[in-house]
Amino acid sequence: MTNLPPPSAKKLGLVIDLDTCVGCQACVTACKGWNDQGYGAPLSDQNPYGAAPSGTFLNRVHSYEVTPDEGAPQIINFPRSCLHCDNAPCVTVCPTGASYKRAEDGIVLVNESACIGCGLCAWACPYGARELDPAAGVMKKCTLCIDRIYNDTLPEEDRQPACVRTCPTGARHFGDLGNPESAVSQLVAQRGGYDLMPDMGTRPTNKYLPPRPKDARATASPLAPLLDLQATGFAGWLDRLLEKF
Amino acid sequence: MHPAPSVILFTCLSGAGFGLLFWLDAGLARPEGAAALAHFTLAYGLATAGLFASTFHLGNPQRALRAFSQWRTSWLSREGWASVAALAASAPVALSASFGPADQSFAGGPLGLAAALLTALTLLSTAMIYAQLKTIPRWHHWTTPLSFLTFAVTGGAILAGAGLIAALFCLALGVVMTLTFWQGDRRFAASGSNLNLATGLKGQIRPFAPAHTAQNYILTEMIHQVGRKHAQKLRLIALALASLAPAALLLALPTGPISILPAFACHLAGTLIQRWLFFAEAEHVVRHYYGPN
Amino acid sequence: MIPKQPTPDLSPPVSDEVRKTTCYMCACRCGIDVHITSGKVTYIEGNRDHPVNKGVLCAKGASGIMQVTAPSRLRAPLRRVGPRGSGAFEEISWEEALGTAVQWLGPLRAKAPEKLAFFTGRDQSQSFTSLWAQSFGTPNYAAHGGFCSVNMAAAGIYTMGGAFWEFGQTDWDRTKLFLLFGVAEDHDSNPIKMGIGKLKARGGRMVAINPVRTGYNGVADDWIGITPGTDGLLVLALVHELLKAGKIDLDYLARYTNAPCLVDETEGEEKGLLLRDELGKPLVIDRTTGQPVPYDRPGLRPDLGATWKGCRTVFQHLAERYLTAEYAPEAVADRCGVSAERIRALAAEIADVAFNQTITIDQPWTDFRGETHAQMVGRPVSFHAMRGISAHSNGFQTARALHVLQILLGTVEVPGGFRFKPPYPKPAHAHPTPHSYFMPGRPLDGPHLGFPQGPEHLALKLDDLTPARIDKGFTWDNPLSAHGMMHMVISNAVAGDPYPIDTLMLYMANMAWNSSMNTAETMAMLTAKDGNGDYKIPRIIYSDAYASEMVAYADLILPDTTYLERHDCISLLDRPICEADHAADAIRWPVIEPDRDVRGFQSVLVDLANRLGLPGFITEDGRAKYRDYADYIVNHQRRPGVGPLMGYRGTGDAVGRGAPNPNQLNAYIAAGGFFTAEVPEEARFFKPWNRAYQDWAVKMGFYDQPQPYLFQLYCEPMRRFQLAAEGFHERQPPDHLRARILATMDPLPIWYPPFGDDAGDAFPLHAITQRPMAMYHSWGSQNAWLRQIHGHNPLYLPEKVWREQGFAEGDWARATSPSGSITAPVALMAALNENTVWTWNAIGKRKGTWALSDDAPEAIRGFLLNHLIDELLPDRGDGRRWSNSDPVTGQAAWFDLRVRVEKCAPPPETLPAFPPLKSPVPNAKGSRQ
Ligand SMILES: Nc1nc2c(c(=O)[nH]1)N[C@H]1C(S)=C(S)[C@@H](COP(=O)(O)OP(=O)(O)OC[C@H]3O[C@@H](n4cnc5c(=O)[nH]c(N)nc54)[C@H](O)[C@@H]3O)O[C@H]1N2
Ligand SMILES: Nc1nc2c(c(=O)[nH]1)N[C@H]1C(S)=C(S)[C@@H](COP(=O)(O)OP(=O)(O)OC[C@H]3O[C@@H](n4cnc5c(=O)[nH]c(N)nc54)[C@H](O)[C@@H]3O)O[C@H]1N2
Ligand code: SF4
Ligand code: SF4
Ligand code: SF4
Ligand code: SF4
Ligand code: SF4
Ligand SMILES: [Mo]
Repeated sequence: MTNLPPPSAKKLGLVIDLDTCVGCQACVTACKGWNDQGYGAPLSDQNPYGAAPSGTFLNRVHSYEVTPDEGAPQIINFPRSCLHCDNAPCVTVCPTGASYKRAEDGIVLVNESACIGCGLCAWACPYGARELDPAAGVMKKCTLCIDRIYNDTLPEEDRQPACVRTCPTGARHFGDLGNPESAVSQLVAQRGGYDLMPDMGTRPTNKYLPPRPKDARATASPLAPLLDLQATGFAGWLDRLLEKF
Repeated sequence: MHPAPSVILFTCLSGAGFGLLFWLDAGLARPEGAAALAHFTLAYGLATAGLFASTFHLGNPQRALRAFSQWRTSWLSREGWASVAALAASAPVALSASFGPADQSFAGGPLGLAAALLTALTLLSTAMIYAQLKTIPRWHHWTTPLSFLTFAVTGGAILAGAGLIAALFCLALGVVMTLTFWQGDRRFAASGSNLNLATGLKGQIRPFAPAHTAQNYILTEMIHQVGRKHAQKLRLIALALASLAPAALLLALPTGPISILPAFACHLAGTLIQRWLFFAEAEHVVRHYYGPN
Repeated sequence: MIPKQPTPDLSPPVSDEVRKTTCYMCACRCGIDVHITSGKVTYIEGNRDHPVNKGVLCAKGASGIMQVTAPSRLRAPLRRVGPRGSGAFEEISWEEALGTAVQWLGPLRAKAPEKLAFFTGRDQSQSFTSLWAQSFGTPNYAAHGGFCSVNMAAAGIYTMGGAFWEFGQTDWDRTKLFLLFGVAEDHDSNPIKMGIGKLKARGGRMVAINPVRTGYNGVADDWIGITPGTDGLLVLALVHELLKAGKIDLDYLARYTNAPCLVDETEGEEKGLLLRDELGKPLVIDRTTGQPVPYDRPGLRPDLGATWKGCRTVFQHLAERYLTAEYAPEAVADRCGVSAERIRALAAEIADVAFNQTITIDQPWTDFRGETHAQMVGRPVSFHAMRGISAHSNGFQTARALHVLQILLGTVEVPGGFRFKPPYPKPAHAHPTPHSYFMPGRPLDGPHLGFPQGPEHLALKLDDLTPARIDKGFTWDNPLSAHGMMHMVISNAVAGDPYPIDTLMLYMANMAWNSSMNTAETMAMLTAKDGNGDYKIPRIIYSDAYASEMVAYADLILPDTTYLERHDCISLLDRPICEADHAADAIRWPVIEPDRDVRGFQSVLVDLANRLGLPGFITEDGRAKYRDYADYIVNHQRRPGVGPLMGYRGTGDAVGRGAPNPNQLNAYIAAGGFFTAEVPEEARFFKPWNRAYQDWAVKMGFYDQPQPYLFQLYCEPMRRFQLAAEGFHERQPPDHLRARILATMDPLPIWYPPFGDDAGDAFPLHAITQRPMAMYHSWGSQNAWLRQIHGHNPLYLPEKVWREQGFAEGDWARATSPSGSITAPVALMAALNENTVWTWNAIGKRKGTWALSDDAPEAIRGFLLNHLIDELLPDRGDGRRWSNSDPVTGQAAWFDLRVRVEKCAPPPETLPAFPPLKSPVPNAKGSRQ
């Protein structure tokens, strides 16, 4: 299955709102928790209580300091996980066919029982979205919570990715980006959602919504004083004020 | 990129092995009888040792056979097929050269040339595993296959006892190495990739806090730092060892084991260093997310 | 050989069973679904039906599984065997442990109950622990509020009968402009995040006032990087501007606040108090008649501008004060680090939204004067604030200033503004006053904590008028210390000032590390000995669930369970989890059984109470009233029919009031671990004055009769302390405090420089901390997932300092305050007030704790700012110990800290470094798979 399937009509993915993400890391540990017990091998941690802990996570949240051309510097929080690219290089490089893109919904997955753990797909991914689990020796990546979104043992409203379900600010949205009528597509259209690293030609499904312009000065006119306090004194001010009342 | 010893060994050894095989199959070197057997054994030995070393780098080597399945898209898979095909096609050549009469050796004949082509394909596939990666601009360039092929053919030439020709290859390798180093240094910047494109954010941008303070696979695998000065020094050493020294040895000493052994030892050492640098200096675009250091 | 596209199992069952309980990775108390497979916790997610989090979880909550499996969990009761502070313990049985405790406490209670000091930290069972301490008879009880945010709580309650914090919230569904002062995370972690998300989705605007622009402040549309400690000035400048332009809600002020109340201006002992009628009701002038009438007279039209017999209204006093040039934007701009133009623009924006974008709900309601209003009209500007304001020595007055601003705008308890969560609002005068009268073998005369209305309520000993409490709470040093002053206990006990104690009992507070100021000195005090070689604090009993730093400094450890292994009660008698539209309470219950010899500490307290025979816990005939804490939750009654839980009372259908129901806990468990009671539509806004709300509150058992009240722009109790300082009270402040009381107990908000500023020019920078969203104080580090996110912390420096000293990435610096110095790695941050440095709170760990290896990054590269903060102000040469606290409430002034920063060579580890503690649990090794 290393061949990419013909583009699917349905393109499931995430839309992440950088205007709203407060960088709380909730999606990071919710993802870890779900996938530690879900699809494939658990997400192991090495040296978890020692000097140099490390572990497998499928979603990580960075923060960047952005100094715009005008205005004060800003901190922007930036979640990063697999973007389920249409033109996924991680898939085509895979020698075993373990890495594949689903024909029906575009989700990019690793069939762990076929994966030899060569790491090549992680090299091919521009976004650092794949992590080789040292304990299981297989490649781990965001599954778009495929074992949630189609899971009929879950109530309908819970059939969404763990990270989306948990995000307290609602900065993460899940849906079909192939359907222009879907809520996520509408959001992308309204807010100017964009691709990461368009130069890489990966054509990601996931989109990011840009932060809204910040520090815009209030447009309301400055407050007009009721009266020149110096001239009329407190009593004049009070009369003027209470006469409206 | 993380310079994994298994991968360095793999590319160096199997490179030299297939390089030698190329010379032998193509009939560019024509040892006979026991000498041929020794040469072919060495070539097979190096090639398979290299391939074997590469499995150390796998998380699940027991499934390695699956790697043959995706030849339509995967250079790694193609490399598997090509290497097996090359080794298989070289077998009759080896047998005929080692045990048959000299004038009936397949080396240089149609079968030999076909086998040589397959070894070249193997070498090319190995190189393409790296060269195909758009994510690593330093590798994503025609100089990568050129460099891999020149290394292999040069190593092969030395081992094949090609004497003056080997020396000339060594010198040519020096040119290719210099070109690759010089070219390579430009490419990350030239790729135009940057943190603004990586995040889609406008303005001056710099990492404020990493996603985790702890280590992770991406950091250890993709983001390796070599000091510039350190790298310069290693480049000179690699150039001296892989190219200049063996050329000098081959020119200065009479052809035969007395020149081949020290020349190849030098060359291999140089190749290992060059290959270490090949990985260690390669910048993956994911590093933008983690910042300049 | 092309494999077919695999068919993964898309519908795996998630677990065998879901048990619904309440999270306790922090004090927000979200509902969680704990998935159990083969008897083990395998996954935790948010409970969608829960009123607090509605399904979402934060990073900590979703990592709870790593908390209940952490190798740092204590395993059995411990008795100290080495010197205090070494960490050498032996494990003992519960019988032995409880026997020892009874041996220590029994004689104390019989002879000198005040010699037990019982202070609790992060727990949420204060109504229970305080009852225990009250029954024991010691005046020395408080929870951690004094070092946390009492400024916020007290200012809110004295001003408007409720605070931000856990007592109120923004009307997230309607507000249009949200101003956030000094908040990084707050207790209401998930609701605030959900609220910000809602606001953003509606296109509302958010303005952050904070020296640091991370997290919530990072997503704000506008950022005001204020200089720490100056928010009061900024707020009063906004008040100045709004007053000047007349952009205030006169109708609201006249009806619902003490703005129209007359202030006595005749010289003497009543001066500055409100004029009252014979029944004690404040008087206002009715505009219709021009006559003074009690404020609650039906049909009254209060006159804000009245003058009667030379006495003017609160409103005139207030306006006169804030209209002076002292509060003009130009006058405050430099000190705040905010331009006058910016302050004006902010005032204009507030005025625009408040007065040009009002919203109305078509919901009639009737006020306490009997007038019916056809609609609920709201001014959709909302404010929220927390420790950035409260953790300064001027925090009480600053928080008051902010509330006054809210009230002037008429945006409290209106649609789109700030709303109380039941059982709030509840004015200061409806709360208890502090009690501190103790006698051997007898319970205390009443609850420890409360809201003094004047000097007569101070906790002074009756005989010599010295402080009754070990923390000097409710004394002239800090008269309104409504939450006690936990941060002063250790240092006062060691100094024997006001008196020595025998046993210090602590619960869930890491006092030997991150919750103390001056950490190194605190550890020294905990191990300090007197001339006889005895510890100055002779006995320390501590309950923790984990191998924290504090464990090493106790003599007897009573190990607690983790939050999934015990009963807890999140009660309306305590810190509620209600939302503005409903009252709510919840429980925790043992969704798994402990695999160690540990016990829920509340049950241990019940056991101890039974063994000690504490009144309240035993019946007339000496039998135990409660088997354990679960039994207490169900059967305890505060007032007849009112107990810890409001739901399923009586035969199961009574709400709020009703007889104890033996099935109550099962009913809670079946319902998902919580109970909610909707506030009737008509009662949802204007709660302090809304008849429907008042009646509902009585029905629910929050109080026994309707108690409408006016917002206190002018805070009369404060004036009573000033009057005493002027000589008009039988209780007189000591002379050295007279001037301070006069200055700081101003009944109208004032601003004064934080005491930390006394450090002077040698310490030019402000140094503050922030909560990391993914960590809860010290407990996060033992969590295998969370410690990967925050394993160490840099000191963030502003660009100015970075440039001036030529810092580069990877550099270290020494930060020095008047009381100490630390050396730590630094990092650059441009989105930061240019005179401020900051770091994450409580990441640094002592070696040998939390079952981490000694070379853990938390210990080697992590650090605490606490080493630089002193619990006392620098010596003034007057022989007195001045607490580093707000003079009104005693709130610890964490953020007053001033430092200087110098680049230095990196030491091998952050400094100060301490020798490793011996771990009471085996250190963990290897990988977790
Ligand atoms: N520099 C600086 N210092 C500060 C602050 C600051 O902003 N800056 N903030 C201050 C404030 S507001 C506060 S509230 C304090 C908080 O400081 P602390 O109240 O000390 O809070 P924690 O570090 O959470 O420590 C609580 C202890 O409870 C233990 N514990 C956890 N779970 C359980 C349990 O289930 N049962 C029992 N029995 N114990 C348990 C933990 O192991 C830990 O030892 O810190 C203060 N310190
Ligand atoms: N994740 C997590 N949540 C927690 C806790 C935790 O440890 N972790 N602790 C809980 C506890 S005990 C408490 S008390 C609350 C506290 O919750 P917060 O009030 O959010 O506490 P801090 O993180 O101390 O944040 C103080 C904020 O005030 C800013 N600040 C400092 N000085 C000033 C100033 O003078 N003016 C202004 N405007 N801002 C200033 C700081 O930059 C910081 O952003 O959080 C609770 N919630
Ligand atoms: S949970 Fe939501 S707000 Fe928090 S870091 Fe993830 S995307 Fe951002
Ligand atoms: S983000 Fe990376 S791993 Fe995911 S589909 Fe794209 S290239 Fe593959
Ligand atoms: S690591 Fe696994 S999935 Fe990735 S390329 Fe290798 S075999 Fe394919
Ligand atoms: S969709 Fe699922 S697997 Fe992917 S980042 Fe979110 S939680 Fe993780
Ligand atoms: S905010 Fe997080 S840690 Fe706190 S109770 Fe809620 S889920 Fe638990
Ligand atoms: Mo706190």
